[in-house]
Amino acid sequence: MHARADASSEQAAENAAAWPEEIFAILQRFNVRQVPYVPDAGHSQLIERVLASSSMRSIALTTEEEGVALLAGAWAGGQRGVLLMQSSGVGNCINMLSLTQIFRFPFLTLVTMRGEWGEFNPWQVPMGSSTQAVFELSGIKVLRASHPQEVREVMEAAASQAYNACTPTALLLSQRLIGTKVFVK
Amino acid sequence: MSQGMSKTNLLDRRAVVSHLLANRKGAIAVGGLGASTYDIAAAGDNDRNFYLWGAMGGAVMIGLGLALAQPKLPVVVITGDGEMLMGMGSLATVGLQQPGNLSIIVLDNECYGETGGQVSHTAGTADLVGVARACGIADARAMTSMAEVEAFAPSLQDIAAGPRFASVKIDGANLERVLSNRDATFIVNRLRGSLGFQPI
Repeated sequence: MHARADASSEQAAENAAAWPEEIFAILQRFNVRQVPYVPDAGHSQLIERVLASSSMRSIALTTEEEGVALLAGAWAGGQRGVLLMQSSGVGNCINMLSLTQIFRFPFLTLVTMRGEWGEFNPWQVPMGSSTQAVFELSGIKVLRASHPQEVREVMEAAASQAYNACTPTALLLSQRLIGTKVFVK
Repeated sequence: MSQGMSKTNLLDRRAVVSHLLANRKGAIAVGGLGASTYDIAAAGDNDRNFYLWGAMGGAVMIGLGLALAQPKLPVVVITGDGEMLMGMGSLATVGLQQPGNLSIIVLDNECYGETGGQVSHTAGTADLVGVARACGIADARAMTSMAEVEAFAPSLQDIAAGPRFASVKIDGANLERVLSNRDATFIVNRLRGSLGFQPI
C-alpha cells in the first residue's frame, strides 16, 4: 500500500484515466458482483469506481488470501468476483490458491506490479520478481499488460478465460503501465 | 488439553453440531477442515454442506462470500479454534461487512486435535469472543452448556440480526472420524445445483 505521486504530464494523466475505466466496464459486462481488495495506488481509480457501483460489492480485506477464499464462497453462492491486490500480496495467497484448482472456480485477480521497471524500494523487488512464477507454480494462468492501449484487449481475454472456461487467471498490470512510485524527502 | 483427555463438564462436539443443524431448513453449513467437517458430516449429509479439507484459515471468508451471494439464506460456519486463529483477520472483514445472515461457531477444544493435541492459544491468553466483539461483531458470546446451545440454535435462522459469533467450549477427546465427501468440484457443484445454478 502506498500513495503514488500524481503524474505530471498531460499524456500520463489521460492514460491513467482511461484503462481503469476499461477494466471496470469489462467487469460490469461479465456481471462481476464481489470485489475483494487490499488497497494499492495502482488500483485506486478502479476501487473508487467499484465503491460507487450499485451492482458490485467492495470488500476490504486484512490480507489477500482472504480474497481467494471469499471468491470461492461467492462462486458457491452463484456470484462472480475479482480480487484486486499488488504483487507483494501474491505471496500471502499461496496455500489458499489451492482452492482455484480443487474447486475449479472462475478465479480472476488483477495485480498491480511493484519491484520492477525503475523500482526505488529494494524491499519490493524479491516478491515482484517471483510473482509470475508463484502464480504459474500454483496453476494460475498469467497475462500481462504493460501499455495503456493493450489493457482492454488483455483484460477481455483474462475475463473471458476465467469466467467462461473456469481457468484461474492473473492479469499483471506492469509498473511500466501504472507508473513508478516517486519517493521524495 | 492433551489428546484424548476428557472432561465431563465440557460439551460433546457432535451433540452441539447436530443440535445447531437439526432444524436448519435451507441453511448452508460450512465446515472448517478437520474435526468440524466430520461433525457436520456426522449430523447428516446435505446438499448444502460445504466441507473443507484444507484452506486452513479460510472458512469464515468462504462463509462471507456465500452470505453476500445468498443474503436470504442463513449461512453457518462451524470451525475449530486453530482454524479460527489462523484466519482471525477475517473477523475484522466480517465486522466491516455486517452480513445479517452469517453465523460463526467456533468449537473450541483449546488444542490442535488432528495433529496430536498440541495446545492452542485459546488454552492460554487468547479470547476469540473478545476478538470478534472488538472487530465489530456485536452478537458475540461464549457458550458452555447445552441449554445455552439450545436457546441459541433458532437464532441462526434470523437473517437480519447477524453477524453473530459463538465460541463453544467442547471436550477435546478425538472422536471417530466421519468422513465427508472430499471432491471439491462435487461439493461446490452440488451446493450450486441446490441453489438453482447450472454447471458451466
